[in-house]
Amino acid sequence: MAGNLMERLPKPLRPHLAAVRVLAVLTVILGGLYPLLVTGVARVLLPHRAGGSIVRADGRDVGSALIGQSFTGRDGAPVRKYFQSRPSAGGYDPLASGASNLGPQDVVDLPPDPRAADQAARKGRASLLTQVCARSKAVGELEGVSGARPYCTPDGVGAVLKVFPAVGAPTRVVSVNQPCPAAPFVAAYQGVRVECGRRGEDYSAGRTVAVRGDAHAVVPPDAVTASGSGLDPHISVAYAELQAPRVAGARGLDVRRVRALVRAHTTGRALGFMGEPVVNVLELNLALDRER
Amino acid sequence: MGAAAAGTVLVLSVVAVLAVVYPLLGDYMYRVYTGTRHSAAERVVYRLAGVRPDAEQPWAVYARALLAFSAVSVLVVYGLQRLQDRLVLGLGRPPVPAHVAWNTAVSFVTNTNWQAYPGEVAMGHLVQMAALAVQNFVSAAVGMAVAVALVRGFARRQADTIGNFWVDLVRGTFRVLLPIAFVAALVLVAGGVVQNLAGPHGVTTLTGGTQAITGGPVASQEAIKELGTNGGGFYNANSAHPFENPSGWTNWLQIVLLLAIPVALPRTFGRLVGQVRQGHAILAVMVVIALVSVLATNVFELSGAATVPQAAGAAMEGKEVRFGVPGSATFAAVTTLTSTGATDSAHDSFTPLGGMMTMLNMMLGEVAPGGAGSGLYGMLVLAVITVFVAGLMVGRTPEYLGKRIGAREIKLASLYFLVTPALVLAGTAAAMGNRAGLAAMLNGGPHGLSEVLYAFTSAAANNGSAFAGISGGSPWWCVALGLCMAFGRFLPIVFILALAGSLARQAPVPASAGTLPTHRAQFVGMVAGVTVILVALTFLPALALAPLAEGLS
Repeated sequence: MAGNLMERLPKPLRPHLAAVRVLAVLTVILGGLYPLLVTGVARVLLPHRAGGSIVRADGRDVGSALIGQSFTGRDGAPVRKYFQSRPSAGGYDPLASGASNLGPQDVVDLPPDPRAADQAARKGRASLLTQVCARSKAVGELEGVSGARPYCTPDGVGAVLKVFPAVGAPTRVVSVNQPCPAAPFVAAYQGVRVECGRRGEDYSAGRTVAVRGDAHAVVPPDAVTASGSGLDPHISVAYAELQAPRVAGARGLDVRRVRALVRAHTTGRALGFMGEPVVNVLELNLALDRER
Repeated sequence: MGAAAAGTVLVLSVVAVLAVVYPLLGDYMYRVYTGTRHSAAERVVYRLAGVRPDAEQPWAVYARALLAFSAVSVLVVYGLQRLQDRLVLGLGRPPVPAHVAWNTAVSFVTNTNWQAYPGEVAMGHLVQMAALAVQNFVSAAVGMAVAVALVRGFARRQADTIGNFWVDLVRGTFRVLLPIAFVAALVLVAGGVVQNLAGPHGVTTLTGGTQAITGGPVASQEAIKELGTNGGGFYNANSAHPFENPSGWTNWLQIVLLLAIPVALPRTFGRLVGQVRQGHAILAVMVVIALVSVLATNVFELSGAATVPQAAGAAMEGKEVRFGVPGSATFAAVTTLTSTGATDSAHDSFTPLGGMMTMLNMMLGEVAPGGAGSGLYGMLVLAVITVFVAGLMVGRTPEYLGKRIGAREIKLASLYFLVTPALVLAGTAAAMGNRAGLAAMLNGGPHGLSEVLYAFTSAAANNGSAFAGISGGSPWWCVALGLCMAFGRFLPIVFILALAGSLARQAPVPASAGTLPTHRAQFVGMVAGVTVILVALTFLPALALAPLAEGLS
């Protein structure tokens, strides 16, 4: 019967009918049976993993061991008794996974301009460099260490000059990420006095010069950069070590005990070479809560 | 062990595993595509579909069947997205907008898997399983079928036919992709990849906030996403998402999976033409190019040569701590060397030269080792062009594997090669000269141009990764990239099948003293040279304006 239908069709349409039928059969097998079989086997053999590695505390679900979360209060400030996660482009919302996607030379801020026509320009935008500098300063203050970094000003923005004219000897230099009345991070550049940035002025024609300075960073890289997923459940061992004294102080625990817990929640590289050593922040914080 | 040393061992271990995969999987695929028996399940499929599995097809019939299957696939994937609110497992999500649904349908059917939508909020589970994952299987099987058809063209003598499309499609799916994907999916679940049919599960976090933990049939899709060199993630963050790629070792496994079939196919080619050493030569070209690229990407990313990575202390923006810089750089190089396009880190935030490597890999035509099937047929075209160039130098008719490369053959090979650059450069120019095109850039200056150039390269080369700052969800971008993906996939395929038909008809010419040996190191070097020179001539001006300008400023 199938063959008859095939032969009644005009010749150019025959492959399409076969295509519809092949796709229908393959959809049932590959789109139905295959995922359902994997789901069934996974549920029997690996129910915890297949269900999302859900973590429970005090009889309720508090998250997933694989999905990072923020340990901040309602005001957005870090809760001092908890280890803090990395910055996240999506605020640790699993319905908005993703990265900042800002480029490695994104160093000039767009200052907020209340008179601008479109909303994006009114709000302004901090460059990736300024975000890194601001995070470093904030982490430094929270942990009681220096938040200074190369290419950052002491007030926590990108240390970037716009030099005019773009080619040749400078006649005018602006610290473009420090809006007036801020004091520029250097007084002079190649003999020219450095000005603060004026709102609404367009500096795009100038040459961009990022100034390295001689700062040495104490705050580790993962503490000042957003992850690829926005849901990174881990921090580096260095960032955990940096936070240990503050957490111990807030909890009245011996810092050696906190460091021991960090070690207990550190996962090394699989087989010694796959990936990097990590500390799971949620599991570490739960272990701290169980201490008392 | 430092990060660089661990990263080196990571690359070496992948090479070691693939050295075992090459003969095992390659020989297995040779038996799959040459066997005369049909399994019981396959016979049921052929009967339900009403196709005769033992009827051989000339190239034009083979091509028509392939195009018909792809056209029907686009319609079904489009329809399921538009109707998802009325079907089961839609999770209450609204229909996907028309232009996004069309873009996505073309994207998955062409093995590109460019994603103009965020998976966790746009797609219900039914679309993910019955539309997107199905295409992950069959689009890869289509690519493998075309590669095998081309190789039959070289292997057959005075033949009118190049195989049966339906048989190649079904065997590639059932005997190669499905069994490996099933095992890989379960291994991934053991690593923490989720696999259920639940919707978002609300929890209250330690500090009293709320979080929706997403579920879904992720592992079953993740396995075929890598194995079939597709790359379309269940979630917006793709393989950076901890539910898709939870640890350093799942990252390693994904790298191996996405290289397995493209690396093994040259062995299948060698067996089919009866000279295993010809397969070794093709593999050698792939390995040389791939190792240089992986090494360069790692060096650029570890050096962190740009202002923000220097300020941060490492190029960690857009990267996950568990993969680190080398695990991210190696994945990025491999996903663009194959036609996968899965990403475990944000390529947009890579150092300028590291980001350029990912673009350059796609511009090479994704032949080292390339996509499932498309890598082999792309590399064989480059071998044809190489023997032609060599033939011009000594003034005799070129031949490859005993087949003459005459006017018709070299025209088809040249047309094949020109499709991608034409689409990339015309598309980028159109976007830059158009307000709707310009509006999609997130970053300004040369980096913004990189985002646009990357998008068109990724679409035309059927890769699917992105400098993801670009917002490709507007109607202009969805249509422009959709057309690029469709032409970038099916024009080359038609040229390949025509080439296969024309080669199959020839009687082989006996090798003589003047025949260029195509299994020696000299030939390997020539093919690698032709590949790099052709790409440099085509794309260097565009690259100079975008990532090179940024990296040297």
